[in-house]
Amino acid sequence: MSLGLLGKKLGMTRIYTDQGEAVAVTVVDVSDNDVVQVKTADIDGYRAVQVGFQNGKAKHLTKQEQGHYTKHGTPLKRHAREFRLADGVEAPAEGTSLTADLFQKGQFVDVIGVSKGRGFQGVVKRYGFAGQPASHGSMMHRRTGSIGCRLTPGRVWKNQKMPGHMGQVRRTTQNLQIVEARTADNVILIRGSFPGAKGDLVVIRPAKKKSAPAA
Amino acid sequence: MIARDILEKIEKEHMKKAVTPFRVGDTIKVHTKVIEGGKERLQAFQGIVLARRGTGLNASFTVRKISYGEGVERVFPLHSPAVDRIEIISQGRVRRSKLYYLRDRVGKSATKVKGVGRANTVAAANAVVSTAAAAAAAAAAAAAPAAEAAAE
Repeated sequence: MSLGLLGKKLGMTRIYTDQGEAVAVTVVDVSDNDVVQVKTADIDGYRAVQVGFQNGKAKHLTKQEQGHYTKHGTPLKRHAREFRLADGVEAPAEGTSLTADLFQKGQFVDVIGVSKGRGFQGVVKRYGFAGQPASHGSMMHRRTGSIGCRLTPGRVWKNQKMPGHMGQVRRTTQNLQIVEARTADNVILIRGSFPGAKGDLVVIRPAKKKSAPAA
Repeated sequence: MIARDILEKIEKEHMKKAVTPFRVGDTIKVHTKVIEGGKERLQAFQGIVLARRGTGLNASFTVRKISYGEGVERVFPLHSPAVDRIEIISQGRVRRSKLYYLRDRVGKSATKVKGVGRANTVAAANAVVSTAAAAAAAAAAAAAPAAEAAAE
């Protein structure tokens, strides 16, 4: 595991490759990423780096949070997340600014975000059930259908898919490719889409299951 | 910077500096880059512009021609680097923004759109084509902000 960045999802667009191929990209703002705290095995029992994102005002933070940032000598931050460090990976110094060039073009990343809330949804939208006939006397259009058997087992199985709240859960999209890391604007262009609305906080980390192609 | 501004900036970088000002109803020749057996060559597609849609980087247009008696339509992304050059063969005067009615026409009427009625001539429009090509070449050679400023 290694260092990643926090970012704000700005929106999607597309760009063309030299071959004329259109690539859908999501643009993420990664400005104001600072290393707030470095956790060590000696003191904290594990190795990690706490990264703060988006400078904030004191009135938006609790006294404890304000104290935490003042203690480490970094600007007040709206968000902070930890990245665990593997043994042997050198930790950056506290106060270091992290920019878009932490990632290279072509590298694969995982993006963690909170999916858009969909409210209370039925089983067709929530789980992709097929539903029932729309006509020919059918009066059971988008209903759940049977949820179990009879005397055996005599109850509904655990995890039976039923209507309920959908969305607004933390989700990770794995193995997305970096199309461009623009240091000038401190913006990263990532191929494809990932969870979250525009303006939402996302976490970008090097992909756990896929390394960059040999360039 | 505001989200909208950054997205616009990125899109602008990928947009062509100048595009032939063709309209719906014009007969145009689209030169596209085709890679065949590791070699790149230009392939032309000539027909009537049925529709233009989308704005900015997402703009595209539909061209229809009758090939060996069979109607063929192609949709081109306006700002794709694969679309090398657009040449206006003749201008048409139409009163629709989308000429989908041409699909139902058979025979000669399927390719016929009323002639010139616009102030600018074909030559003037194609003059922009050559500057567009020049600007593209300059941008490719220099890729400098100076070239961009000149094109704008």
